[in-house]
Amino acid sequence: MGSPIPVGEGTPVAQAATSTSPGLKPPTKRGTELVMLAFAAGLVTLALILVELNQERAVTMRIVYLGLAYLALFSLAHLAVRRWAPYADPAILPCVALLNGLGLVMIHRIDLAQEDYAAKWDPVAFKQVIWTAIALAMFAAVLKFLTDHRTLARYGYTFGLLGLVALLLPGVLPSFIAPTINGAKIWLRVGPLSIQPGEFAKILLMVFFAAFLVSKRDLFTAAGRRVVGMDLPRARDLGPLLAAWGVSVGVMVLQKDLGSSLLFFGIVLVLLYVATERAAWVVLGIGLFSGGAVIAWKLFSHVQIRVQNWLDPFADYNDTGFQIAQSLFALGTGGIGGAGLGAGRPEMIPESNTDFITAVIGEELGFVGFAALLLIYMIFALRGLRSAIAVRDSFGKLLGGGLAFAVCFQVFIIVGGVTKLIPMTGITAPFLSAGGSSLLANYILVALLLRISDAARGPKVVAKPKLPQPAIADQHTVMVERPK
Amino acid sequence: MNTPLRRVGLAMMAMILLLLGNATWVQVINADDYRKDSRNRRVLLDEYSRKRGMIIASEGTTIANVQETTDRLRFLRTYANGAVYAPVTGYFSVTYGTGGLERTENDLLNGSDDRLFARRVSALITGRDPEGGSVQLSIVPKVQEVAYQQLAQKGFKGAVVAMDPKTGAILAMASTPSYDPNPLASHDGAEQTAAWENYNAKSAGNPMFNRATGSTEPPGSTFKLVVTAAALADGKTKDDQFTGERQITLPQTNTTLENFNNTPCGDGVKTSLENALAKSCNTAFAELAGQLGKDKLRKQAEKFGIGEKGETIPLPVAASDVGPMADLPSVYQTGLGQRDVRMTPLQNAVVAATIANGGTRMKPYLVDKILGPGLEPIDEADPDEVEDAMDKKDADTLRDMMILSEQNTGGEGRIQGLQIASKTGTAEHGENPQQTNPHAWYVAFAPANDPKIAIAVLVEDGGDRGLGATGGKVAAPIGRAVMGAYLAGR
Repeated sequence: MGSPIPVGEGTPVAQAATSTSPGLKPPTKRGTELVMLAFAAGLVTLALILVELNQERAVTMRIVYLGLAYLALFSLAHLAVRRWAPYADPAILPCVALLNGLGLVMIHRIDLAQEDYAAKWDPVAFKQVIWTAIALAMFAAVLKFLTDHRTLARYGYTFGLLGLVALLLPGVLPSFIAPTINGAKIWLRVGPLSIQPGEFAKILLMVFFAAFLVSKRDLFTAAGRRVVGMDLPRARDLGPLLAAWGVSVGVMVLQKDLGSSLLFFGIVLVLLYVATERAAWVVLGIGLFSGGAVIAWKLFSHVQIRVQNWLDPFADYNDTGFQIAQSLFALGTGGIGGAGLGAGRPEMIPESNTDFITAVIGEELGFVGFAALLLIYMIFALRGLRSAIAVRDSFGKLLGGGLAFAVCFQVFIIVGGVTKLIPMTGITAPFLSAGGSSLLANYILVALLLRISDAARGPKVVAKPKLPQPAIADQHTVMVERPK
Repeated sequence: MNTPLRRVGLAMMAMILLLLGNATWVQVINADDYRKDSRNRRVLLDEYSRKRGMIIASEGTTIANVQETTDRLRFLRTYANGAVYAPVTGYFSVTYGTGGLERTENDLLNGSDDRLFARRVSALITGRDPEGGSVQLSIVPKVQEVAYQQLAQKGFKGAVVAMDPKTGAILAMASTPSYDPNPLASHDGAEQTAAWENYNAKSAGNPMFNRATGSTEPPGSTFKLVVTAAALADGKTKDDQFTGERQITLPQTNTTLENFNNTPCGDGVKTSLENALAKSCNTAFAELAGQLGKDKLRKQAEKFGIGEKGETIPLPVAASDVGPMADLPSVYQTGLGQRDVRMTPLQNAVVAATIANGGTRMKPYLVDKILGPGLEPIDEADPDEVEDAMDKKDADTLRDMMILSEQNTGGEGRIQGLQIASKTGTAEHGENPQQTNPHAWYVAFAPANDPKIAIAVLVEDGGDRGLGATGGKVAAPIGRAVMGAYLAGR
C-alpha cells in the first residue's frame, strides 16, 4: 500500500443544502426512486415493443418478461441503494437505468438490422445484458464495501499508480493478449472477454488527482510565486500531478485514443480549477490544449484527416468522410419526429452500436428523442454535481464534481463528434454504447457518486457532546471495596 | 469550493445547450438537405418499399407499373416496351437514382405530393401503407411505337416529337438509340451495375440521352420557317422578289454561299419568297435575313420560344438559340439555320405546331392527368396559350407556302389524300461540314386545312444515306409515317 495522504478537512464545511437537526432523520426518497425506476422500465419495454413491431416480428409475452427482468435487475440495484446508501439522490439511478435500457434496446435493434444485411453477425445484445448484470453487481459491491468515500483518499497514490499501469498495460503487452483493433492498442483479451483498462484508469486516476489536490490545497495558495498576475504553485508541490497528467494524456495520444485523451485532459483541468478556485488554470489549460492541438494537427496525418472531415465530411465522402456523412444523413432523415423505433436504417451507419449509437437514436427518435436523451444526461450530471456541492468534505466535493463532469464531458465529445459540432474522436456514449468495460467503469462511477450523495444528504454525524467534567479536585472520593 | 463547482455546472449546461443547438441545426434546419442528398439512400429505399404509382399512356396502356416481390424492397418497377418509352419514363434505380418522368414526377409517384395529402392522412388512420399516385400521359401508344420503330429499324440516331397543335399535348416523343430501364430497376445490384455500365459505354451511343429534349443541333433549312415568319411580320409578302442566283458572296468576305446542288432559283436572277421556301433557296434566304437584320430575326425566334431557358414539359428541355449574329455574314448564314443556330427537335415541333395553330403558341406538355392511388382523377392538364407568335393571316400564308414545299419534297411515304404542310432541312455541322454527314430534319403538320398533329423529325449524321442524306430522303418518310399512324381512323 502506498503512503496515505492526509485528508484536508480543515476548512469549516458549509451546511448541507437541507439543514437538518441532528435528531430528525432527513427523508430518503427511496420510494420516489422506485417509482421512477418503474417508469423507466415501462418506457424501455415500450421501446422494445415498438422495435419488434416495426421490424414486423411477433410481439409475444417474451417482451413483457424481458421488461420485468429488466425491472427486477434494477430493483435489486435499488435495494442495494436502499440498504447501503439510503440517503442517495433518488434521480441518479433512474436516469442511468433509462439510458442503459435504451442502449440495450438499440443494440438489439442494430443486431436485427445487421442480421438482415451483414453476411455474418454475432448478436451483441445478449452479451451486453450479461455485462449489465455484472456491472450492477459491481455497483452493489462498491456501495457495500465502500462505506465512506473518504477512505479512497487514503490510497490516492496507490490508485494513481494502478491507473497508470492499467493505462500502459495494453501498450506494452504482446499482441496476443493486447490486440490492435481499429488502429488502437487499448484492449486486453482475457479468454472470451475484451477489456479496455483505460476506462478504469480514468476513475483510478481521478481518485488520485482529487486526493492529491485536496492534500496539497493549502500549499498551492500559500507558497509559490507570482508570474504575470497569476500565482503559480511551486513545481515540487505540483510535480506529481503534472507528471501523472502528462504521462496519461501522452499515452492516450500515442495510442491514437484521441477521445480519451481529450476527456482526461478536460477532467484534470476541471479538478485543478475547482481545487485552486483559480480561473487562470482554465485559461492556461485551454491555451496549452490549443497549442498541443495545433502541433498535433501539423504533425499527425490522422489528426489532419479528422479535422478535414469535421470541416467538410463530404469532401472525401467515399473514404474517410463516410462515417460522419452517414451520421448526418441519419440525423437529417430522422428530422424532428424521427423515423420511429425500428424503422430507421442503422445498417448504413458504421460503428452503429458503439461510437455512433447516438446517431441511430437521432434517426429513429428524431430531434425530440435526441434532445430528451441529452436532457437525461444533463439531469444525471447536474444531480451528481449537486451532491458534490452538498457534501461536507473537500475530497468528496472534488471527486463528485469530477465524476459528474466526466460523464457530461464524455457526452459532449461523442455527441459533438457524431453531430459534427467538433471533430470526431472515437469514444463510447456512457451507458448506451455496446462494450463491457465502459459500462462497468461507468457503474462504478455511479456507485461512487451515490456514495458521495448519500453522505451529502444523510443525517449529519455529530460527535456526542461530552458531559461537563468537574475538576479533579472536586471529585468525590469513592470507596472501593476490596474484593473478598 | 462550491463557487467553482457551480461554474462547472454552468459549463456542463452550456455544453448540453451547444449540443442541442447543433442538433437543431442538423435535424431541423438542415434536415432537408441531408435527407434529399443524392448520396443518402434512405429516402429512395423507403420509396422502393412503398407501392409506386403507374405511368399510363393516353389510351390507358400501362407503360410503368410495379410488381410485388418477396424481398425487403417489396415492389419491383417494371416497364412495358421499355426502350420505346424510356426517353419519357426515364428510370428508377436503387443504386443510380431516377431519370425522366420518374424523377420529375417523383413526389406524386411515391405518394409524398401535397395533392395526395388527404389520401395520405386517411392511409395513416386506416393503417394501410401509403401508396403513390399515377400519371396519365398525352402520349399515344400507336404513334409512339411507329415513331420509335421508324427510327430504330434503320439504326438511326435521332428523335421524333409529335404534338397536338391546338393544345400542346405531346403525342409522341421518341429518341434513339434507346435503352431498357428494366434492368436498372432490378433488385439485384449486379444486374443494375452491369446495365448501367453497358448503357454508359462509349460504344453504346449514349442511349440514356433524350435527344428530343436535349439534343441542340443546327436546324438547317427548317429555320427558314422562322425567317419567313419574321419577313411576313415585317410586311413582306410571298410574292416579294429575292435573288435567284445559284451562289452569292457573303458581304465583307470572299466566302461564297451556294444553293443546294448549286441550282438556281426562279429565273436564275430573281425568285419569289414563296418559291424560295418551296425550293429551299439558300441565297434568297441569306439575302432576306440580311435585309431583316438580327434584331427582327431574334424577336421572331423568341416568339416561337427559341432562347427560352429552363422550360419543363415537365422533363427539362435544353434551350434553343439563334446565336449572337455578331456580323452581317453570320446574319446571312443564320437565315438558313446554320452558323450558331441550335434547336431541339421539341422546339422545332413547337414552331410547326404554332404555324398550324394559326400563330398561337401552346405550351407543350406530357402529363395529361394526375391520378390518385385508386386511379381516381385528381388534376387535369389545362392547355396553356403562351403567346401569339404570328398573325393568323401570316400563319395561313406560311401554311400555304409549306404545302408547296411538301409538294417539292421527295422521299417515300406519301399518304394518299392527306394534305401535309412541311419543311425539310439538311444541316451541315462539325469541324469539316463538307465531309461530315449532315443532319436530316423534317417538320410538318397535317391535315393542312385542319391540323391535328405537328411533328419534328431529326436524324443525326445522315442516317443511312451518308453525305448524300437530305431531310426529304431520310427524315420525311419517318414524319409522314408518324402523322399517318395518328390520323388513320381519325
